Amino acid sequence: MERVLMKGNEIIGEAAIQAGCKLFFGYPITPSTEVIEYLSANLPPKGGTVLQAEDEIGAINMCYGAACTGNRVLTASSSPGISLKQEGISFAAAVELPMVLVNVNRCGPGLGGLGPAQSDYFQSTKGGGHGDYRLIVLAPSKAQELYDYTMEAFDLADQYRNPVMVHTDGFLGQTMEPVVLKERPQAPDVNKDWIVTGAKNREKRILASYSLTNEVGEANNIAWENKYKEIQDKEQRWESFHTEDAEYLLVSYGTTGRICKSTVLNARKKGIKLGLIRPITLWPFPEKGIKPLLNQIKGILTVELNTGQMIEDVKLAAECKVPVKLYRRQGGMLPTEDEILENLEKIFQPEESGEVRN
Amino acid sequence: MMDKVIMAGFGGQGIMFLGKVLAYAGMTTDLELCWIPSYGPEMRGGTANCSVILSDEEIHSPVVDLADAVVVMNQPAYERFKSRVKPGGVLIVNSSLATTDNKREDITIIEIPASEIANNLGNASIANMVCLGALLPNMRLADWESVEKTMEKLTIKRPEFLQGNLDAIKKGIEFAN
Repeated sequence: MERVLMKGNEIIGEAAIQAGCKLFFGYPITPSTEVIEYLSANLPPKGGTVLQAEDEIGAINMCYGAACTGNRVLTASSSPGISLKQEGISFAAAVELPMVLVNVNRCGPGLGGLGPAQSDYFQSTKGGGHGDYRLIVLAPSKAQELYDYTMEAFDLADQYRNPVMVHTDGFLGQTMEPVVLKERPQAPDVNKDWIVTGAKNREKRILASYSLTNEVGEANNIAWENKYKEIQDKEQRWESFHTEDAEYLLVSYGTTGRICKSTVLNARKKGIKLGLIRPITLWPFPEKGIKPLLNQIKGILTVELNTGQMIEDVKLAAECKVPVKLYRRQGGMLPTEDEILENLEKIFQPEESGEVRN
Repeated sequence: MMDKVIMAGFGGQGIMFLGKVLAYAGMTTDLELCWIPSYGPEMRGGTANCSVILSDEEIHSPVVDLADAVVVMNQPAYERFKSRVKPGGVLIVNSSLATTDNKREDITIIEIPASEIANNLGNASIANMVCLGALLPNMRLADWESVEKTMEKLTIKRPEFLQGNLDAIKKGIEFAN
């Protein structure tokens, strides 16, 4: 199929249209503004609606309402805007509403800066809002993945009746790369027998997140817990890159995940047996990608754009069997591939004993 | 094979567009590519820069630390980006608006009066295309043919702009050769 050249944020918008998203509610913020800009021009002609709400809180609650009717709905924002949406996201998780949320990360805390960051990892994967809930979190690392994963996010949201977040950053959002706008794959057959669209000739349905007794409350929590366990069991995704014979491992996602691929190739040229696990789902965290390697590797370096957030999940997966260290940049700065390799060498002093792969 | 290029100048000089022409040229020849703008609280008259990677294999790291070629269209851009040329690489300087000092000896420096050439062609705003011309003989994965085809596509709604842009690119190529 023909390739087109598009900005990452526009690709997210196009993927949503292809996935059958009919409604977008949001409030513009750099560096995610092109999502609403693109959809404003391109969703209405396809029969959809784009509405710029009075603020992020209004936007997320409009998403809540739209999802209650069973329509595919999207919102997109950047870090401070996503913070404002957290209460609504918690409510959507409690009512089990499928919706897709895009966070084009900028750096924080506070207003922060516009540069690429991964400082919202905790917020995306550990809850963010109040209460004990999980989002499915997908982390694309290039244009084609922005397209594919955004489209898939809608299917996962419907399948598990759960909000799904696409976790990306300003660098990927602003960069233009070629992308193939593939047709939407067959969507899973989901019976939305819970939507509220008028109860004429059928029994009344209620979508509410309040439980009147503690017994009902616990039963709800257990039902959600079981759903999260099922997702953890079935939906862990990652890419393994040169891991077969790896003695050292990088773990990194998104923009730094792809930079680390160049690091691995440069290390292999020197005979250093380096591999990479690139998490595609940040939640559920792909521990299944890491555990089988624990007996063959001598050390893990996580590469992140924060003070070390994902490293906690990597350490849990590593079960104290190998040392897990961090290399990070912050505030909108990106590491180069050589900088990562230099730091890996400094930390682990790996032998250059492997076959030299050019 | 990979060409990494950085372009920088004033906002309004057409830096982003210069990068886009290279990127679309890569599309016409089925290359892998990235067009990476500097983004942020920038406006006309401020500084603008962007980088482009063209490659005949998959691009993993999109970070351009040292570039094969750097185009600087004003003095602040020269000061900021002269150190970002790879040893053996090329630095193209718009000498109408930037003067060079303490010249690096490990790179090729092409000083082209791009703004003056554009003025002589009757359109001050195509100095970026003159610089693009000077860049082309120093690229491995973009050439006159792919750029000409690209300009035809990019000016399809405003065909009256095509010839002026092509003339500017040709002047740049002549100068660099």
